[in-house]
Amino acid sequence: MAADIAGARRAPWMLLSPSLATVGLLLIIPMLFIVVYSFWLRTATGADQVGFYLDNWIEVLGDRFYRDILFQTFAIAFYTTVICALVGYIPAYFVANTPMKSKAFLLLMLMLPFWISYIIRTMSWINILGTSGALNTVMLSIGIIDEPIQMLYNQTTVVLGLVHYLLPFMILNVYVSLDGIDKNLTEAAQSLGCTGFQAFREVTLPLSLPGLAAGSLLCFVLAAGTYITPIVLGGPRDAMFANLVFEAIVTQLNWPLGSALSLVLLALLGALVVIYTRYLGIDQIAKSFK
Amino acid sequence: MSGWSMIRIATILVYLFLFAPVAVVILLAFNANQFGGFPIEGFSLRWFEALWNNDAIVRAFKTSLLLGLLTSAVSTTLGTMAALAMVRYDFPGKRTISTLLVAPILIPEVVLAVALLLFLQALSMPKSFGLLLMGHVVFTLPFVVLVVQARLVSIRRDVEEAAMSLGATPVQTFFEITLPLMLPAVMAGMLFSFTISFDDITGTLFWKPGGVETVPTQIFAMLRNSISPEINALGAVMVIFTIALPLIAASIARVMSARKLRTSNRKTQTA
Repeated sequence: MAADIAGARRAPWMLLSPSLATVGLLLIIPMLFIVVYSFWLRTATGADQVGFYLDNWIEVLGDRFYRDILFQTFAIAFYTTVICALVGYIPAYFVANTPMKSKAFLLLMLMLPFWISYIIRTMSWINILGTSGALNTVMLSIGIIDEPIQMLYNQTTVVLGLVHYLLPFMILNVYVSLDGIDKNLTEAAQSLGCTGFQAFREVTLPLSLPGLAAGSLLCFVLAAGTYITPIVLGGPRDAMFANLVFEAIVTQLNWPLGSALSLVLLALLGALVVIYTRYLGIDQIAKSFK
Repeated sequence: MSGWSMIRIATILVYLFLFAPVAVVILLAFNANQFGGFPIEGFSLRWFEALWNNDAIVRAFKTSLLLGLLTSAVSTTLGTMAALAMVRYDFPGKRTISTLLVAPILIPEVVLAVALLLFLQALSMPKSFGLLLMGHVVFTLPFVVLVVQARLVSIRRDVEEAAMSLGATPVQTFFEITLPLMLPAVMAGMLFSFTISFDDITGTLFWKPGGVETVPTQIFAMLRNSISPEINALGAVMVIFTIALPLIAASIARVMSARKLRTSNRKTQTA
């Protein structure tokens, strides 16, 4: 019996150890390593100077260039999140309140974008908005314009691409929390004299806020950490913070500087996640996996 | 017009917004136009033929497939074990462990990519297929844990207890009872990790060695050089591949469970 209890105590750790080792060795230790690395110095010869230098941090935190791009990154992520919330709430509400049969179909359709590659969904906008894209072809043929106009490669198309990519995350999260609302509550409100809209504003909307918050967090963090969308759909001036990280690491091979840059991104987005989990708990996001 | 029908129209418009651009990719993939763009000039498979004859693309496809399969095998095995521990046992520090297991999705993928790359470079391990695999495993692991965990909760404990009280050993119970019941959850985890790996570009661009391309990085490279008309065909293949796969898997699962139900019915009838 004693052996049984000891076995039961050991069992979860045996099951967990491969995953924990993976996360520890491939994530936690590497993260600690780049903290140390960010204080090293890349010399002109291309070798790393081991030591405690603040040069990278002074450059990253002091240079206006980095601050401006950081500001632009947050602006793009903010627009994306607000648009996703506004545009995503309505279909989430529709799916949550629609009869059972079409609900399954609509939910399946909502999952489909997750299975379609991000790069394809991003580049698909070139077919729509490019100079030989669908929109230009239509406008040319009905005579609104005489020659193709370039609608791509600006901040608006970056936001558009991100909204297209992240909208399903928002809809799904809002849907999960709308679906969990007891229908009796809105009926009770209405029987007590609320109009349909009042019942929505006083009962449904407040109860769906956790889902809206979870969706917004996901949208913001994923948008702020991207570098693919600005390269594919943005112009030369639409770089985001992650583009700087990519440039520093892959193009310039300035790894200490790249470490400092990625830690700034981590600190800012990590702070958001921490504030969020403090108030709402991480479980809300996990709900959408069920 | 009533409020509800306005909501319905808005919903249809949002769904259109989500799918129209992808539909255009597929439409253009079959377009005979020699530049691959508009106008639509007729049905043709020439772009798919071009894909098939493009060695770089075929190689990228093989790399993605191998990487996705290996990633899914490793991270489903690890993730299922972890999910079992989380659902079935109570132990000190469970909350911390749970946070640790989902940590790779809480950290921006770019940061994760940089950390892993620089750490392994410091250990003088160059960029390689192995690095890609490690990166994809650590990045997909939390998704497997979450997906499998969510489905494991619904498996009733008493079935296993019944088997054990009838004399089955814990190992027998696992392979005869628990694993078959878990199979849908494990399959979901495998599919999830395969698709995430197959579609990943953010981390892959950091980790891939020079000369190695996966399908997404190949598309990305083609986009940067010039918009080649083959891209839409490649996109169409990707879409069909990643959508057909879950659908096929789902129908296999349905057939399998139907057959199991039939055999178990037959067993109870003969008994």
